[in-house]
Amino acid sequence: MQTENKLPSVQNPRALVGKIIGIGSAGIHAAGYMAQTDLRELSFAAVHTDARTLENSIAPDKLLVGAGLMRGLGAGDDPDLGQAAAEEDFPRLKALCTGAELVFILAGLGGGTATGAAPVLARAARETGALVLPMVTMPFEFEGHRRQQQARLGLQQLKASADGVLCLPNQKLVKLLDEGARALEVLKLTHELLAQGVRGLWQMLTRYGLLNVEFADLAAVLRGRRWESSFACAQAIGEDRAQVVFEKLLSSPLLDEGKQLPESEAILVSVMGGADLTMADVNGVLQRIHQQAEKAQLVAGAAIDDELHGQLAVTIVVSRHGQCAHEASGAAAGFSRGSDSSDEAAGPEIENQFFGAPARQRPAFRFVPPPPELTPEQTKRLLAQRGGSSSRRRKAVSIWSQGQLPLEIISKGRFDKSEPTLHDGEDLDVPTYIRRGVSLN
Amino acid sequence: MFKSQPIIVGLDIGTSKVCAVVAEPNEAGAINVIGVGQAKSRGVRKGEIVDAAVCGEDIRNAIVEAEQMADVEIRSVFLGVTGAHLRGFNNRGFHPIVSHDREIMEDDVQDAVKNAKAINLPAENHVVHVIRQHFLVDGQDGIVNPVGMFGSRVEVDVHVVHGNFNRLQNPIRIVKGLQIEVECIVFNGLASALTSLDNQQKELGALVIDLGGGTTEYVVYADGVIKHTGVLAVGGDHVSNDLAYGLKVPMGRAEQLKIEQGSALVDRAVRGKNLQLANSLGLPEKTVNLEHLRRIMSVRLEEIFQLIADDLESTGLLDYLRCGVVVSGGGARIPEIQKLGEQVFGLPTTVGKATAISGLKSTLDQPEFATAIGLVKFGAFESKKRGESRTLLPRGLRGTLTQLFRRG
Repeated sequence: MQTENKLPSVQNPRALVGKIIGIGSAGIHAAGYMAQTDLRELSFAAVHTDARTLENSIAPDKLLVGAGLMRGLGAGDDPDLGQAAAEEDFPRLKALCTGAELVFILAGLGGGTATGAAPVLARAARETGALVLPMVTMPFEFEGHRRQQQARLGLQQLKASADGVLCLPNQKLVKLLDEGARALEVLKLTHELLAQGVRGLWQMLTRYGLLNVEFADLAAVLRGRRWESSFACAQAIGEDRAQVVFEKLLSSPLLDEGKQLPESEAILVSVMGGADLTMADVNGVLQRIHQQAEKAQLVAGAAIDDELHGQLAVTIVVSRHGQCAHEASGAAAGFSRGSDSSDEAAGPEIENQFFGAPARQRPAFRFVPPPPELTPEQTKRLLAQRGGSSSRRRKAVSIWSQGQLPLEIISKGRFDKSEPTLHDGEDLDVPTYIRRGVSLN
Repeated sequence: MFKSQPIIVGLDIGTSKVCAVVAEPNEAGAINVIGVGQAKSRGVRKGEIVDAAVCGEDIRNAIVEAEQMADVEIRSVFLGVTGAHLRGFNNRGFHPIVSHDREIMEDDVQDAVKNAKAINLPAENHVVHVIRQHFLVDGQDGIVNPVGMFGSRVEVDVHVVHGNFNRLQNPIRIVKGLQIEVECIVFNGLASALTSLDNQQKELGALVIDLGGGTTEYVVYADGVIKHTGVLAVGGDHVSNDLAYGLKVPMGRAEQLKIEQGSALVDRAVRGKNLQLANSLGLPEKTVNLEHLRRIMSVRLEEIFQLIADDLESTGLLDYLRCGVVVSGGGARIPEIQKLGEQVFGLPTTVGKATAISGLKSTLDQPEFATAIGLVKFGAFESKKRGESRTLLPRGLRGTLTQLFRRG
C-alpha cells in the first residue's frame, strides 16, 4: 500500500496547489459559483476581455486581457480578437498561473474570449509547468450554427494545448430539466455540474486512495486528440448503493443514457466513500462499468473521504472517438469570415489562419485595405467569381452538416442470405477491411 | 464379403469442392490410396448444404470419378462434417471402483467414459466424437491406460465434439439417397489433423488449421491428445467475397485474382502497382490495384488467425504448441501464409503434408485433400478396431476412439 499522497509534487507531497481560472463570462460565473461551494482549497482567478464583467466577479485574482486592443469592451463574439487579446497579455497570463500545479480552466466555448483565449491560457499555464485541465461547456443548439462551429474549433485548439479537456454540452442539460425550468436554474445546473466535475477530479487526485489515480492516468484517458471526453457524477446512500450509483450513471444524459459506455475507448472511474467504503462497493461499480464497456481501457480509483460517511460517490470520465474533429475541419470552410483574403483557404488551413495568426497582429478584417484599382469589367468578373465560390462553399458546408444515419448498409455479397457469422457482436461476413476501417486510397 | 480387406472411402463435402478418396489397407496394415475423385461443389455455403439436389449431383460425380480411377464399387463412406454449429469442449467423468480387489477393469473405464458423455446438451444436439484424453486414478494425473491398475475411483478427461442433430443429418441423408452407406461421421478438423500431424508432433503439441473454402477448422493436440477443437464459419469464400466487394469485380473474377495474385502479406514491392484485367476477348477491361488486393486479403486472413489465436489464448493452450502451427486445406496454398502464421501466433508455421500414408503421390502432396485423406485414415483405424472388437470384445467399443487417437 502506498503511504504517501499521490500527487507528483516532489518537494511537498501532501499539498497540491490547484487553481481554477474562469475565462470569459460563463467561465467567470462558473468559477464564482464554485468559490461559494466547498472547493475552498483551490484558489480562483478570472480572466476576461470585458472590464465590467470582471469587475463584478468575486474572484480574488482578476486579469483584464487585451486592454490595448479592445479597451476592456469585450471581444464581441470574435475568437480571433479573443486570441489576439490573450497573446498580447501572454506574460501576464503566465504570471497568473505561476505557482499552481494543477490548473482547471473553466470556459463556455462559442463566444469570443473563451473560444479564442482559452487555448492561449492553456498554453501559458503549461509553460509554467502546471498540468492543465480545461472544463468547457458547448453552446446550446438555439445559440446557432456559427457559435457551435466556433466552439468546436475552439475545443480542437484547446485539446491541442491542454493536458486533457472535459466537455459538457449544454444541450444535454435540457434533458435534465423539465420544460418550465427557469433560465437561472439552467445556469445553476451548468455551474453545479462543472463544480461536481472539478470536485470529483480534485478529490480523485488529492484524497488518500485505496486505489490511487494519478494525474498521468487522468491525462491518458483524456489524451487522444480525436477523442471526445465527457464526465458524469453520481452519489448514492444505502444498502445497494453500488447498484443505485451505477443506474444513476447509466441514466445520466451526459453519457447519452449510458450509450457512450459501449463505444468508449478509455474510461476513468473514481469511487469515493467514507471510511465504511467496502471493497464490494468498489468492485460492484467497476464490474458493472466494465461489463458495459468491455473494449475500453479502464482506469479505476478508489478513495476515502470522511465527509462522505455512508455515501458512495462516483465520478466517471469517458473518452470515445468523436466526430468533432471531422466536423470541425469540414465546417471550418464556412467559418472563414476572419479575413477577405481567405476565400481559397481549405478546411485544415482555416485552423491555422484562425488561431495560428501571428501574435499581437490585429485581425485583418478590422483593417480593410483600400480596394485595388480595377476596371468595371474586372470588378464585375471578380464579384461573379466570389459569388460563385462562396455559394460553392455554402454548398460544401451543407453537405457536411447533412445528418447521417449511423448504419451503413454493406452488401455481404454471396453471404447475403446465409446465416450471419457472428463473433463477439461482429458480423464476420462483412469484409474485414471495412470493419477495421482499413482505407484503400 | 468379397474381400478380406475392404476398401475405405473418405468423402469430404466441402464448400468449394466435393472430394472422395479411395484407399485399401495392405497386408502390413498401412493404407494405400488407389483413387481420387473430385467435383466442384455448388450447393454448399460455409460448410453446410444449402441446395440438396445440386449437392447430391456433385457428390455422385465425385464418387463416380473415384470409382473409375480405383476400379472399385463404393458402397460405404466415412463422411466428413463441419459447420459453425459444431462445438468442442472438455469434460470429465468418473466411476467408483466397487470390486473387491479394487482392480480397474475395462468395464470401469467404459463406465467412466459413459459418465463423461452424459452432458447437459440441448435435446437437438448430437455428440459427434468423444475422445479420451487422460485418466486419473484416485486423483493421480496423467495415466494413459488404467486397466489393470488399483484404485478406488477412476476419472477420465474427454474432449466432446457435438453439433446440431438436424444439420448433421443433412449430408448423411443426401449420401444415403445415393444408395451409399455412411459408416460414421467425422469432424473435418480431426481428419485434417490426422493427416497433417505425426505422433511426435501430437506429443509435443501442435495446432492444425484447416483453412477451407467456407469454414476454418482448428484442432489443438498436446501431450498426444486432442485438447481443443473449433470451427470458424469463415474461409476462402470470404476472401473472394471481400475482393469482389473491395475491387468491384465479379465473384468469379475475384476467385481467379485470389488464386493468381493473392498473398497473405502485403510486401513493399506491390505498392502502387496496378493489374490490367482483360475480358474474354483479351481486351483491357479494368484496372485493379494490386496493393489493395493484397491488403484486403491480408486483413481477412490475419483476422481468421487472430480469432483462433484469441480462442487459444483464452484457453491457455498457446504455450503448449511446441511444434508450432500446421496449415492445411486450400488456404495453405496462399503464398506467405506461413509468415502470416508466424506473425500472428509467434510460432513456427508449416504447410501440412500427408504422413504415414502411401499411394498416389500427386494426391497426397496437395493440402486440399488433407481432410479426405484424414477421413480414410480415420476409417482405417475404425475398421481395424471393429475387426479387433469383433474377435476380442464381442460387445464392441461403440464408436469411442480410444488409444488410437492418442497414439496416432
